[in-house]
Amino acid sequence: MVSLRNHESTGQGEQPRRASAPSAADRWRALPALVRFPLAAAAAFAAVLALTFVTGPTGDLRIGSVGYYMLAIAGLQLLIGYSGQISLGHGAFMFLGAYTMALLVLHQPALPLWLNMLITVVLSCAAGVLVGAATARLHGPYLAGATLALAVGLPSVTVRFPELLGGSNGLAFSTRGAPPALAGVITNTQWQAAAVWLTTLIGLVVLATISAGRLGRRMRALRDDESAAGLAGVPVGRTKVIAFVISAGAGGLAGACQAYLLGTATPSSFTVTLSLSLLAALVLGGLGSMWGAFFGAVALVYVEVWGEDLAHALSLDSNVANNLPIVFFGVLLILVILVWPQGLHGMLRSLAGLVRRGR
Amino acid sequence: MDQFLNLTLNGLSSGAVYAALALSLVIIYQATRVVNFAQPALALISVYIAYAVSQATGSYWLGFGAALLTGLVLGAATERLLIRPVHGRSPLSAIIVTLGLLLVLQGLAGMVWSNEPHSFSYPLGFRGRFSASDWFALASVGAVALLLFGLYRLTPLGLRMRAAAFRPEAARLSGVRVGLMLTTGWAIASVIGALAGMLAAPPFIFPNVLDAVFIYAIAAAVVGGLENPFGALVGGVLIGLCLSYVSGYAGPELTTLAALAILVLVLSVRPDGLFSRPTARKV
Repeated sequence: MVSLRNHESTGQGEQPRRASAPSAADRWRALPALVRFPLAAAAAFAAVLALTFVTGPTGDLRIGSVGYYMLAIAGLQLLIGYSGQISLGHGAFMFLGAYTMALLVLHQPALPLWLNMLITVVLSCAAGVLVGAATARLHGPYLAGATLALAVGLPSVTVRFPELLGGSNGLAFSTRGAPPALAGVITNTQWQAAAVWLTTLIGLVVLATISAGRLGRRMRALRDDESAAGLAGVPVGRTKVIAFVISAGAGGLAGACQAYLLGTATPSSFTVTLSLSLLAALVLGGLGSMWGAFFGAVALVYVEVWGEDLAHALSLDSNVANNLPIVFFGVLLILVILVWPQGLHGMLRSLAGLVRRGR
Repeated sequence: MDQFLNLTLNGLSSGAVYAALALSLVIIYQATRVVNFAQPALALISVYIAYAVSQATGSYWLGFGAALLTGLVLGAATERLLIRPVHGRSPLSAIIVTLGLLLVLQGLAGMVWSNEPHSFSYPLGFRGRFSASDWFALASVGAVALLLFGLYRLTPLGLRMRAAAFRPEAARLSGVRVGLMLTTGWAIASVIGALAGMLAAPPFIFPNVLDAVFIYAIAAAVVGGLENPFGALVGGVLIGLCLSYVSGYAGPELTTLAALAILVLVLSVRPDGLFSRPTARKV
């Protein structure tokens, strides 16, 4: 309504011209998903690569962290935001991915990175089938409780098999850095960040394509009303398990990226706090949109960085400083839910709407 | 045989603690359809307050009383300030709010009392097979269960609380102050949670001390059926016994995985827990 009135005031001549020549945004949206998502991913990859030339090694590490967190959160988005199943145990799949990666690098050093990633995805999906099939009949708080137990229980396996999994110290390994041909052009950390982002973006394209297609539609139908979706012919159990498997695969791949980036896999980095942080970041970024995963991942990495910087700047007591990020994150979560339930993505979108209407 | 007896007795006393925490989860779930993930944090703060009071006065039992009081206040405040605003929104909202509160309170505890463990005394003697403290755990949880049963079944307050939980609209029409009843439910549940914390924390307290206990408690509540307080008690004892055997015969690092296995086994047979009635769904 508002935009119509604006056009009347600016004159009649503009209306037909706009109708005959669709804007760039409209033409972009008209592209099929299979073209649009890879193009967007390529642009994002170029942007990230350019960004790594500006930042130092620490910055590369953080950019890489944003990448793998984004992948894990996007997987969780598919599960929670689209299919409506609440998992509090996604750290378990990251754990699985990280240890698969570490074991492959340590015991099969000849395998190329992409093959390691592929094996990780296959294994995590298999684990997802197991867990998903076991929990397919659960819903709401029951599923949340079961997955929470998974996230707490799985890392203790490392203590059970200390020779193979390194006990509570975990596994440390080193990966090949940038290929020699590129030695003068990009640094090792840049290469690693780029590899993580390439993996992440390929994963995101797959996730976005799935959620835009028939499977995504079925998931949303499930989320909105399970009984009605079932009556309308959506295979309820199968769709739930498929959503679980896909998001487990994304989580495992994210774990593999983390292990590759940090060169370690330790049980202490896969505590239940990680699983809860992933969920928190998802809600913070915004449920129901893949953009939410991006904002959530940025928040997850940089809230901690800024928290440490702030504590340094104010020269706080170490007890306070150590716990500042977690308190800040908690407060942020509560505030987002109470004040702006659509998350950062929803906030930005409604701001953009305001700007467009004001113009 | 001797080991079996030891494990059984250990399982009973730790099962009593899980049952108490599970009971607090179930009371809250019954009243407001929220799984209170902040319960371990509310209990944690209560235990730290008890620690501070005991340090200041030198009396364990003054600290014990302070913990229960803190639980009462924290539970009521949480319901009023954080849960009521998200009432009627998607279940995820309430879960996120309680998770946020969990992070905040655990972080605050670390800020005030540091992340290092402090030694924290048992209520009574703790040496030997089935010590006085074990008896105390079993007896206090049993007493709480009886008191709760009496409250819900025999008093007008209990009747109002059940009415507010099951038929809020009808209860409101008959003059029950539904909001006040929900707050009371949260307060009672948090007192029980604080009791569980006091029983579970020794010999050391640190911000994550109750995490594992909470996982077992949630497993117990889910196994018993989230809508049934009796189920929470049975589930707690069941989980306590099973985990004690697993830890004794197979190794303590497997206890959480065993809890998960029990959870999956029970729920694959009865998806809503052992003691829940099937409900009709409306489309």
